[in-house]
Amino acid sequence: MRQLLSNQRSLWDLVAAAGLPARRFIADANGKMELAQLDGGTTLDIDLEACRDRAVVIFVGQQRAAAVAAVELDGVARRIVLCPPDLSPEYLPFVIAKSEAQILLTDRADPVSVNDGTLSVSRCGLPVARTGLAPVREARSEWLLFTSGTTGQPKMLVHNLASLTGPLDDGPHVMRDAVWSTFYDIHRYGGLQILLRALVGGGSMILSESSETVAAFLQRAGDDGVTHISGTPSHWRRALMSNAAHRITPSYIRLSGEIVDQTILDALRQAYPSSEIGHAYASTEAGVAFDVRDGRAGFPARLIGDPHAKAEMRIQDGSLWIRSSRVAWGYADSNSALTGEDGFIDTGDMVVLRGDRYYFVGRREGIINVGGRKVHPEEVEAIINQHSGVQMSLVKARPSPITGAIVVADIVLKAGQSFDAIQHEILDYCRASLPAHKIPALLREVSSLDVSVSGKINRNA
Amino acid sequence: MTIRATIIGQIKNVAGQQGKTLAPLHDELPLLESGLDSLCIAIIVAVLDDKLGLDPFSSAAEAPFPVTLGDFISLYEAASV
Repeated sequence: MRQLLSNQRSLWDLVAAAGLPARRFIADANGKMELAQLDGGTTLDIDLEACRDRAVVIFVGQQRAAAVAAVELDGVARRIVLCPPDLSPEYLPFVIAKSEAQILLTDRADPVSVNDGTLSVSRCGLPVARTGLAPVREARSEWLLFTSGTTGQPKMLVHNLASLTGPLDDGPHVMRDAVWSTFYDIHRYGGLQILLRALVGGGSMILSESSETVAAFLQRAGDDGVTHISGTPSHWRRALMSNAAHRITPSYIRLSGEIVDQTILDALRQAYPSSEIGHAYASTEAGVAFDVRDGRAGFPARLIGDPHAKAEMRIQDGSLWIRSSRVAWGYADSNSALTGEDGFIDTGDMVVLRGDRYYFVGRREGIINVGGRKVHPEEVEAIINQHSGVQMSLVKARPSPITGAIVVADIVLKAGQSFDAIQHEILDYCRASLPAHKIPALLREVSSLDVSVSGKINRNA
Repeated sequence: MTIRATIIGQIKNVAGQQGKTLAPLHDELPLLESGLDSLCIAIIVAVLDDKLGLDPFSSAAEAPFPVTLGDFISLYEAASV
């Protein structure tokens, strides 16, 4: 583990240092709260001092509740574990054990079936209660975030406020009272980045709500005066297809999380002629690497190898490698190395050079990105192959103008099997154990698949 | 089968497969309020590409962003001529 950097202050100290005028707020579909209310106030149902030097797991669907709890806990708790809302409760005991958590903040009725009595379960997101206290926030809290490409058992990455806020100092020229919003969920790295920009940069934050339609969200964001807003290309395609795109007039639009093509950049330019439009590259592992604002897809080749850049980048074997202080500190639940000897991390995102720019072309290991959500083909193949009529299968991406990609499967049947007879059964298998974005949208029968001499299916055939 | 009928048929198919409840379909219905999410629309676009040989989203010079069901159907009808 690397040495900790500067003597950085806690998140709340940074929020307060940016000023607490009444206009600063954090809102979601359930309502709005002034950040100043947290000065001598709490939303936790547990005494903050009881969280001191403890590991605290936040397993809360409501984004504002989770965000405010994290603000309160940074500098107090030893660890803050931010669970994504779609984390299957069956993995919660694993997360609690791995993070050595003693406190669970949740809004679920019965989140952990097995509690041996060492875990204190409490709530957050309550109406602000006045305490009049100014808790000491001098601990260097670890933030445990979940990687977005997890299959099965979740993988947690260790960040801290320094690595999380690293990208912020060269962010866009944000006016101090910027009102940020994002289609992302702030439980994950991409959304958390935007929340931190708002909090540390002196702005406000409008959070989305998973049950809300895109039109309702845009309407609410517009009503609350959003000035800066981010999402994936898929989020933005959805916004443009809603009848509410005109409800917002942001000065800055940001895209990340998926390959950004020229089509979506041009469409946003047309819909929002007065907005600055930028796209950023980031991953939970590597942090934010760059932010491009020239209206063109890809990124300038001169960014590669610039030793003075905050995030150094190089191309090796066709993929993008990154070294910066924003890289996560390591995996929380394994000793596997995140970076090589020289501190560079292999993102696995493949690029090609065309003219003076690099363009992303996909993932090395065939991970499929469906609207910003990652799918490992092997995970889906394993389910398909459970069907007794299937000999082997190949799951791959099919490009989609709506979600970037969708999942499709080529299937080789055993002798004597009828595709028409069993394709519905295969899909039923998938539906029983996979979320919707991982279920193959189209199944195709093929007579054979290309298998390499090492016995692996040739994914690039 | 007309393009319109094919599209309506596929919308119903995909909604059924994805367990979505469709709003009553008519031309003024906003697509994103039909009960279909982005994934459903992505699948419908892929299936229509296979069935009709038409992908107005990828072939147009300027990316179309249909708001209503009528807009969506018109895109395919325009692409077929």
